Amino acid sequence: MIPLGPDRAMTAVLDRPLAVAPEVSVRPEPFGALLYHFGTRRLSVLKDPRLLSVIEALSDAPTARAACAAAGVTEGALASFEDALQRLVAGGMLQERGL
Amino acid sequence: MKAALPLAEHFEAGLSAPICLTWELTYACNLACRHCLSSSGRRDPGELSTGEAKAVIDELAQMQVFYVNVGGGEPTIRADFWEIVDYAVARRVGVKFSTNGSRINPDSAHRIAASDYLDVQISLDGATAAVNDDVRGAGSFATAVAALERLAAAGVDGFKLSVVCTRRNLGQLDDFKALADRYGAQLRLTRLRPAGRGAEVWDELRPTAEQQRDLYLWLLDHGEQVLTGDSFFHLGGYGEALPGLNLCGAGRVVCLIDPVGDVYACPFAIHESFLAGNVRAPGGFTAVWRESALFQSLREPQAAGACSSCSAFDVCRGGCMAAKFFTGLPLAGPDPECVKGHGQAALAGVEAGSIPRPSPDHSRVRFSRRRPDRWCDEGPLAGAGVAVSAR
Repeated sequence: MIPLGPDRAMTAVLDRPLAVAPEVSVRPEPFGALLYHFGTRRLSVLKDPRLLSVIEALSDAPTARAACAAAGVTEGALASFEDALQRLVAGGMLQERGL
Repeated sequence: MKAALPLAEHFEAGLSAPICLTWELTYACNLACRHCLSSSGRRDPGELSTGEAKAVIDELAQMQVFYVNVGGGEPTIRADFWEIVDYAVARRVGVKFSTNGSRINPDSAHRIAASDYLDVQISLDGATAAVNDDVRGAGSFATAVAALERLAAAGVDGFKLSVVCTRRNLGQLDDFKALADRYGAQLRLTRLRPAGRGAEVWDELRPTAEQQRDLYLWLLDHGEQVLTGDSFFHLGGYGEALPGLNLCGAGRVVCLIDPVGDVYACPFAIHESFLAGNVRAPGGFTAVWRESALFQSLREPQAAGACSSCSAFDVCRGGCMAAKFFTGLPLAGPDPECVKGHGQAALAGVEAGSIPRPSPDHSRVRFSRRRPDRWCDEGPLAGAGVAVSAR
């Protein structure tokens, strides 16, 4: 994972350009998706199909916020998606793009 | 980020592909462990060819199976072992293989060290040569420790030291942990099942009630530092649940492909009652996983029988299907090692001769009765810590 400088760490996760980490495989499931990280050998479970849509939209979106919008996440639901994305970044499943 | 409870409910209905697939590449083995769950020894003449094995891997890649647990027998005995491994890794299907260590040389150790997609577990069933070799055969302790040394020397980090818990070795848990720590390995403890040659020694080697209780407390103390392949969820009946999914994953999140391509519900249930199909049939493994009547039925809510009124049912869920089956107990009811003692009472009512009889036996020396089941002990999330992200 790319380490974040102090100014980067201050930037809210929604305002960063994100991508699925290269060591991660994303598998859609009826309830959402499973993510597996081959480096850490950790499994993450996404229990909301909309979160999968957000993740699939990340690579084409300038920011995570834009990916949420593209996936149809409403303003009221944004905070819970921000939490989820933050956890996926912390676990190395997602990382900042283009650094 | 530990597994929240409702996760199990999603998994009970089954997944588009297994999380944890055990694949026994061969029944051939250079050891003859007394408790071998697959009754391994001799190669089966109908073993999948290299081409057939690659076709299975193509399917697994298509289904996005993250990794397979390869075992046997001793899988490294196959002349095409590394060819199969390399083929899987090139398609982003990770491989964790179980071995007695006899073929771990500096070259293979370096290959493992170089790839995120490769992992290995060395089997050892005693923290001393005396305890180990009594079960696994003379010299097997020294062989396994030499493999640990080679892996550590090659810089492999976090490989697994895999122990089947028995009456003889449960006093050595701290020693096993120290041994794993010494080589930078992670300790993995799994449950002895009464299957394969394990059925012959189950009464002799299964933990005493007191040992089960001590094991439970030890596992609680060590949390996620020690892997269990979810194999001790029946011990949750003592109190709080152990880390893991705590559900029987058979046909839901796990299954087994045996050396001849037969697909069973779990690594411990090699019997025609749990045979879902064969990878050689039209539709291959994918059709078996998604369409077999057996797997569909296992994904329905299961009857709890006598356990439905038990206060511990929410955590232990009636225990292990295979352990019940191979001791002659009904699947809807207590595990033979039920911590409340209900299994012991139920066992007393099992009629002699009603215990299911084995199918193929690949032992080099014939034993009186046996059923192939897996040596490579796998639970739903073996090797993968579960982190629940997102909502």
